[in-house]
This record gives sequence, C-alpha cells and structure tokens, in this order.
Amino acid sequence: MTLAQFAPIVFGISAVAGFLGALTGLGGGVVITPALTLLLGVDIRYAIGASLVSVIATSSGAAAAYVREGFSNIRIGMFLEIATTIGAIVGATLAAKTPTSALAIIFGFVLLHAAWESSKQPPRNSRSGPPDRLAATLKLDGSYPADGGIKQYSVTRVKAGFGLMFIAGAVSGLLGIGSGALKVIAMDRAMRIPFKVSTTTSNFMIGVTAAASAGIYLHRGWVEPTLAMPVMLGVLSGSMLGARQLIAARPKVLRRIFGVVVAIMAVEMILNGFRGKI
Amino acid sequence: MADSNDARLEQFIGRLLQVGVIFASVVVLIGAICLLTGQSHEPASFQSFQAAPKDYRSLSGVIAAAARFDCRGVIQLGLLLLIATPIARVAFSLVAFALERDRIYVIVTAVVLGILLFSLLFEH
Repeated sequence: MTLAQFAPIVFGISAVAGFLGALTGLGGGVVITPALTLLLGVDIRYAIGASLVSVIATSSGAAAAYVREGFSNIRIGMFLEIATTIGAIVGATLAAKTPTSALAIIFGFVLLHAAWESSKQPPRNSRSGPPDRLAATLKLDGSYPADGGIKQYSVTRVKAGFGLMFIAGAVSGLLGIGSGALKVIAMDRAMRIPFKVSTTTSNFMIGVTAAASAGIYLHRGWVEPTLAMPVMLGVLSGSMLGARQLIAARPKVLRRIFGVVVAIMAVEMILNGFRGKI
Repeated sequence: MADSNDARLEQFIGRLLQVGVIFASVVVLIGAICLLTGQSHEPASFQSFQAAPKDYRSLSGVIAAAARFDCRGVIQLGLLLLIATPIARVAFSLVAFALERDRIYVIVTAVVLGILLFSLLFEH
C-alpha cells in the first residue's frame, strides 16, 4: 500500500472510531488500537502510540465544553492527577517490557470491561458517604448546577480513590488509552462524587494523564508520525461530530450495536494474543 | 476561596485547551499536506515494528527536523504541541493557585507539573 492509499483509510477508520467513541462515552482511543491492529495488521506498539496522542486531542478538545457547564472540579482533578501521572509513567515503562501478545490480551479484557461499564445506566441518586478529613484538608467538596439550583456535594474515601487512580493511570500508560471508565469508577463509586462531576472531571484529567506517558512513548519511537497523523486528525474530527450528535439525541440502538462490536473486537484481541498473532 | 474565581479560572483553562488543540491540529495538517503532496507514493505499512527514526524521538530532534521543513518533522512538532497543551494547562493552574495564595494546591500542582516535565524532557 502507498501512503496515498494508507492515510485516507486510517483517517476513515479513526473518524468512525472517534465518532462512536464520543457517542457511547467509551472514548475513541479504546477503539482505535484494536481497529488498527485487527483490520490493518498495524503493529500494536505503533497503534498504542498513535492512540495515546489522539486521546490527548479529544480530551483537551472536549474540555472547554464541559468546563462551561460548571460540572468539573479542578481541585479533585489536580489532586488525583498526582496518582494518574505517576501511574502513567509506571504503565508506559512496563509497556516496553511487556510482550505484544500480552499487551493484546490485557487490552481485550480492559475493552470488555469498558464496554460493560458503558452499557449500564448512570446512577441517578446522589448519596454521600462518611465525612473524610483528607477531603476537608484538600478542599475537595464542591457544588454543581442541578435542576432547581446549585447542589452541594462532599467527597469521601479519598485514599481509596487515589489508589484506584494510580491503577487507572497505569492502565492508560500501558495501553495508550484514556481509561475514562476506570477513572469514573474511582470517583463515582469510591469517592462518591456525583456522576456528572465524575465524568467531566475524568475527561479533564485524561489529557494530563496521557501527556505523562506520551513523552516516554515518543522517546521510545512508538509515536510514528506517518501513522499518528491520520489517526489524530481522524479521531478528533470524528469525536467532535459525535459529541454534537450526542446533544441532539441519545441513540440507544446505536449504542447497543456498538457495544456488541466492541465486545467482538475485545474477544478477537484476546484470541489473537493467545495465538501469538499480535 | 471564592467559587467564582475557580469558575473563571476553569473557563480560561478550557479555552486554552481548545486553542492548543486547534493550533496543534493545524500544524499536523500542514505536515500531512506536505507529506501527501510530495511523498504520496512511498510505501506505507506498519505491520513490522521499527522504532521511529531518532530525529522524531526527542524534543531537539523534532524541532530541528521541522525547521528544515521535513514533512514528518512538522507532523511530529504538531504532536508535541498537542502533548504540551495539557502541560500548559497545569502550568497556568499553578500560577492561578499561587495568586489565590492556596499553598496546598500550589504544592499539588507543582508536583503534577514536575512529573509531566520529568517524563517529557528526561531521556528514558
């Protein structure tokens, strides 16, 4: 294949991945690596490098819209970024020492988990846990606009959340994904932060987390400009379209179909990993 | 700690991120046009892994390659700008927390910034 044929194909695949990733809340990064490796046979290390870069683009590109709505909590984000960035460096360092087949298998399982999480309904009731002294010291409690005024919330189990964030960062650095699903679990389930605040703050954090491992990928030569270019431009344009679509309608059927596609890709990644094909 | 200050800071940061992404995308796009007009018949396959050439793997290498208008160097420079966008966000937050005299968050933000710079600048 020549460059003139390869670049548009990769751009197209990335745009679809970005579009569906934004629509389902899975994020484009988690879909693009399996798509590139399974459909085009791209080496998983190149795919991971390109995907990580596109994760920064979608996270930063969407941040402005989220910030305007006033849901994200900059203190929670900044404090937890200590854990995610250290985790990202550990993950990116481990990635170099992990056989590609093992990376594919781990990727498959993380993908299955993300698809499962996104298929569930977001919790409706906000419930706070026991008061946390660390949360008070760090001034993590906040408020957000809800129907009928401003709603206060308090944060709990800060240490557990911090630990989970380290894991989320390590997975992000290992696989070149945003690991938004894991971040939301840490904030929503452990720290009892309201769902909307969790998702928007998580999106805010994804770019910073990814930037921590991007430097390591770059130095190692996993960021190949010829591949990363159509991936980044494709995922970004696709996810911008997808985000706009999301506001217009909640496409339930599409979400379900996509969930099945993602699950099939995940199983393919795991099988190919065990067969030593990746 | 005024909440309205935080809200204004966050809005500024949100816009900063958007401008950074647009700027980086334009640079990547220039590199893409350069590559596809000049070298479009080169073979492209990424099925076997060889680390990207040395020029595209360090800050100084990328800047030098982009300066001599090497197409892939320009793309890589755009990607570096993209990576720099969230780092700039953290740097601006550090200034904002310092202006608010919020000592805890000056320290928290400085730690995050230190980790990011360590990972980007240190040759692993």
